[in-house]
Amino acid sequence: MSVAEEPEVSAADRPRAAAVGTWLRATASEIERPTAIRAAVVAALFLFVLLALPGLVSTFWLQIGTTVAIYSIVTLSLALLVGRVGLVSLGQISLLAVGGWVAVRLGFAAPGLPFPLLLVATGVITGAVGTLIGLPALRLSGLYLALITLMAAAAISVALQVTNFPNGGPGFLGYSGALAGSVSAKLHRPDWLASSASFYRWVVVVAAVMFALGVLHVRSRAGRSWAAIRQSEPSAIAAGVNVTLYKLWAFALASFMTGIAGGLLAASAGGLTTYGFPAQDSITLLAVVLMGGVFSFWGPVVAALLLKLLPELLKNWGLPPDLLTILFGLGVLQVMLTAPAGLVVQVPRDLAGLVAMVRGRLAGTGPAEPAE
Amino acid sequence: MIEVSALTVRFGGVTPLDSMSVTFPAGTCGLIGPNGAGKTTFFNVLSGFVTPAAGAVRAFGEDLLAMAGYRRARWGLRRTFQTEQAIEALSVFDNVGLVHEHSAGGHRATRRQDVLTALEFVGLAGSPKESVATLGVRERRLVEVARAVVGSPRVVLLDEPAAGLPDEETQHLARVIRRIPEQLGALVVLVDHDMSLVSACCDVTAVLDFGKLIASGPTAEVLRDERVIKAYLGTEDKV
Repeated sequence: MSVAEEPEVSAADRPRAAAVGTWLRATASEIERPTAIRAAVVAALFLFVLLALPGLVSTFWLQIGTTVAIYSIVTLSLALLVGRVGLVSLGQISLLAVGGWVAVRLGFAAPGLPFPLLLVATGVITGAVGTLIGLPALRLSGLYLALITLMAAAAISVALQVTNFPNGGPGFLGYSGALAGSVSAKLHRPDWLASSASFYRWVVVVAAVMFALGVLHVRSRAGRSWAAIRQSEPSAIAAGVNVTLYKLWAFALASFMTGIAGGLLAASAGGLTTYGFPAQDSITLLAVVLMGGVFSFWGPVVAALLLKLLPELLKNWGLPPDLLTILFGLGVLQVMLTAPAGLVVQVPRDLAGLVAMVRGRLAGTGPAEPAE
Repeated sequence: MIEVSALTVRFGGVTPLDSMSVTFPAGTCGLIGPNGAGKTTFFNVLSGFVTPAAGAVRAFGEDLLAMAGYRRARWGLRRTFQTEQAIEALSVFDNVGLVHEHSAGGHRATRRQDVLTALEFVGLAGSPKESVATLGVRERRLVEVARAVVGSPRVVLLDEPAAGLPDEETQHLARVIRRIPEQLGALVVLVDHDMSLVSACCDVTAVLDFGKLIASGPTAEVLRDERVIKAYLGTEDKV
């Protein structure tokens, strides 16, 4: 494209137009076909889950789907911390409870607050709490950081047993024993989210926004800085990365996401119970997140399905849910030993290997698969 | 110019750097010495990983030790590591771009061009979009050197860049190193055990032994210095 073909471009704009043209061409060449196919698959799957699924399943399974979508935000936050920054947090489930508490409290304090704004406020406040817990992360790493976050989680669950979730009572805690009627605390949903299907769709959209936020971060300056920190802090410092800032930012972002998930959970059918967030659940969460895969954005989705859909399926098939503990234990062992990148990498790889092997056998001439 | 005065580092009872005073004037300066002499410790002090017990370091008039580690990098202090530290999760372009976007003069508008220039400067052929995880040792070294020279570096610390490289690669590296002060105007401090590389690149060289500076001056003279030869070969009466 030459400038002569565009008489409307003034002389002063020419270099700029040329620069934009170069940039456009460069950008277009960067979007390769696999990327386009991947984007199409993601879009198709998202539309199916958003539009078609509610019509295909019963209310019960739709509520399970809602829970899976909510927990996919939690698994996403932990996968970001572990996979992208190299920080192991064992406090994510307790932060989910904090998010729930904040959302319910805000619901009573400001009944007129629009639901989306309430969610964002919940995310921001939980983000601040999570950042405080993350402060030790500046000095600690690995096992010690995991231990600190687990201790904070235990402290939060003890505090929760004492304070309960707000039920419209007076004071900062907003809990009154006299008002205690039902066992679970709930956040009142606006009318436009009253039905199971509309709430499900809203949750799926919010989860998609959170995943988009995650993808955006990983592809930006923050993601590159996290990659440097994860590999080696000295090399990150030598590259000019403010390690403290980016670690805290990671904690803030993960806590923000988990807080929003907590707000959604507070508004979901089951509501919140004080015994619903035991500290040890954070360990199970880490196990499924590792199993799903922490280096891909599909990993957290698989992890959420393992965590919230699989138990219901087992129950449905008449199998004891305790089986899960054993399955997760074996699963995480298997993944750590054979595929550290998680099931999202392992399953397609092994399937492709299997297909190649079967093809080779059928053709009879193909290279024989080496015996393992 | 880097002026180091009475720099001392202590780890418990060990003194890896003992009152080191030296001036690296300009161009490419060598820093040599036997294993454990304190060369890497000196680099780590400059990078901000190790806090010295005493002493001062001024680089181009700036009090280097007063800056936080990452700010020194933003100011223009770059380095490579003995065990290369190119980031495996990122592409070649992003590895170099990361340093550019965190440096003081690293504007977004010039990033693409600056990164490609740096890759060309070190002679790294191949796609910038390639993941570093797929590269060999030689290419990873060059990626690290590209990280050290992208944008506007002021001081470049090279910690054994030729370790484990075959001869012809070392010669290529020597050409690249010599061009850093010539074309980019940065001061290079080169630590290496390959004396032919040090002789080829460095006009002046300083020698450390057990944390003490035992010689400094024009490279050819320093390498002939009796104390230096003794430090490397040992002396009979030490046994």
